[in-house]
Amino acid sequence: MSKIETASATIKPPKTNIGIVGWSRAHLFNGWINSALTLFVLYGLYKVVPPFINWAFLHANWAPVSGTCSESSGACWSVVTANIRFILFGFYPHNLQWRPLLAIVILVLLLFFSQNRKRWNMKLLYIWTAGLFIMGVLLKGGLFGLESVETDNWGGLPLTLLLSVFGLAAAYPVGILLALGRQCRMPVIRSFCVVYIELIRGVPLISLLFMSSVVFPLFLPEGVVINKILRAQIAIILFTAAYIAEVVRGGLQGINKGHYEAAESLGLNYFQTMRLVILPQALKIVIPPSVSILISAFKDTSLVVIIALYDLLKTTQSTLTDPKWMGYSSEAYIFVACIYFVCCFAMSNYSRKLEKELDTDRR
Amino acid sequence: MKNSNETPIITIENMHKWYGDFHVLNDINLSVKRGERIVICGPSGSGKSTLIRCINRLEEHQRGKIIVDGTELTKDIKNIEKIRAEVGMVFQHFNLFPHLTILENLTLGPIWVRKIPKKKAEETAMYYLEKVRIAEQAKKFPGQLSGGQQQRVAIARSLCMEPNVMLFDEPTSALDPEMVKEVLDVMISLARDGMTMLVVSHEMGFAKSVAHRVMFMDAGQILEQNDPEEFFGNPQHERTKLFLSQILD
Ligand SMILES: Nc1ncnc2c1ncn2[C@@H]1O[C@H](COP(=O)(O)OP(=O)(O)OP(=O)(O)O)[C@@H](O)[C@H]1O
Ligand SMILES: [Mg+2]
Repeated sequence: MSKIETASATIKPPKTNIGIVGWSRAHLFNGWINSALTLFVLYGLYKVVPPFINWAFLHANWAPVSGTCSESSGACWSVVTANIRFILFGFYPHNLQWRPLLAIVILVLLLFFSQNRKRWNMKLLYIWTAGLFIMGVLLKGGLFGLESVETDNWGGLPLTLLLSVFGLAAAYPVGILLALGRQCRMPVIRSFCVVYIELIRGVPLISLLFMSSVVFPLFLPEGVVINKILRAQIAIILFTAAYIAEVVRGGLQGINKGHYEAAESLGLNYFQTMRLVILPQALKIVIPPSVSILISAFKDTSLVVIIALYDLLKTTQSTLTDPKWMGYSSEAYIFVACIYFVCCFAMSNYSRKLEKELDTDRR
Repeated sequence: MKNSNETPIITIENMHKWYGDFHVLNDINLSVKRGERIVICGPSGSGKSTLIRCINRLEEHQRGKIIVDGTELTKDIKNIEKIRAEVGMVFQHFNLFPHLTILENLTLGPIWVRKIPKKKAEETAMYYLEKVRIAEQAKKFPGQLSGGQQQRVAIARSLCMEPNVMLFDEPTSALDPEMVKEVLDVMISLARDGMTMLVVSHEMGFAKSVAHRVMFMDAGQILEQNDPEEFFGNPQHERTKLFLSQILD
């Protein structure tokens, strides 16, 4: 046996073990099934990629005027370039659109600034509070000589970002509280949390949004009006929190009972134990599933169209109802998909980075 | 300090505990003097862990009294917190907090419970890390240390709270044999400093050299207690003899 092995080892040309040839031999062509699959995929790519590049770039039309598109065979990006301001900002007054744009820029800068864990302290909290205030003033106006803009006119990307950033940021702590409540020894709190979580998870977000916009106002006293965006915002927070709660509960269960005991025997009280010992570990464990929830919550904000809010997806759709642009939905949707993708990809990328940074077990 | 050496630091009177219908601790009476070192041994399931866990309220007793340094353990959370701050506990599986560095593990209690400024707490922590001979690891995480090192850190963590009593629940039984000695050495030096210690352990060599008193527990009762010489040389009960013959082989 050993003779044969050594013999075959000397026969095998060592060159194929290294370089691109070696790599593809080892990963793409090891065995006939893999080879067949590789060839099949390559053929598929050949059939799809070059035509797509032709359509999307080489023969595409970028001019922001309608009518020129029918002549070319490529993509008609004109639908995006001609309507970009409506897609991004909806019915926000045309001459004031620099304000939501500036707000978005501030938001992106803030997010970028906060990604470094070393900056997570009280100062960051103040910076965010100030930033949110400025963004709010920019959108709403009515202060510092800025012209006031009704929230009914808010729409497009700012609305999507507003709903999701606030939604996710508020849902996370609420979810943690619910998860802790579900483990609480006091029966009243525990049952409340269980009922809440199960109830919310038992209904689709759409029905919650409907309730918040149609049913809920019926219960309000005459004359009291709660802003439509705020109602949608609360529905999103309540909905996402229930899912976060269940994920966090899973993380809490993964914590060794000995850590509770060690914390207790040091004399830490319940809140200190949770805040300093248990939650940091539990939340770290549940980063991947929480991010899945946050990402899907982000995309679910597009459901607010059903209560007539003009989020990014809705403004795009409205553009397409214009007879001039009727046939160009692929281009418009690809554009919106790219925006969604960039946001979601950034979230999942960042979460992976965070996970790696927080990995203190072994190594 | 006024009544040191006179009144016992721990008094347990007619203490009972049940898990459901199971009578784990049956009429425990125990009095521990300041500076006294007691080793508790006995077969598995005899209630040794439960007994010392009752002393800092990780378990609740149902009948009888436990008094630590003049404070009786009741449902009153104030009393419990007071006693926990005064009693240190070392676990079989160390239970260091894996997301904090060694230094942070040590300063957590002092900073949050004793409200000591961070700088001062770190100085104290380094002092005790020095004492358990592991100061050079202060910036590492628990997962990067060996079992023996982790257990020494765990001891130092308890010491940082400056307790009057230290409880040990089989501190060396989860360790590889070659690491047992380094932990026992730390415990011996602690004993030399006059710490009051209750140690659940089957390390009979440790018991002989350090303990003032060795206790044998069986089926939830303290069956026999004596100074080490008498206990090992002349055990009274059949159960004790059987246990010792099994363990000393
Ligand atoms: N939470 C619990 N619920 C029910 N029974 C328990 C619980 N904890 C311990 N017991 C039982 O109580 C008895 C005493 O347990 P304890 O842990 O005090 O024993 P021990 O003397 O420390 O044993 P060992 O040497 O194995 O650690 C055992 O029979 C155990 O099964
Ligand atoms: Mg035990």
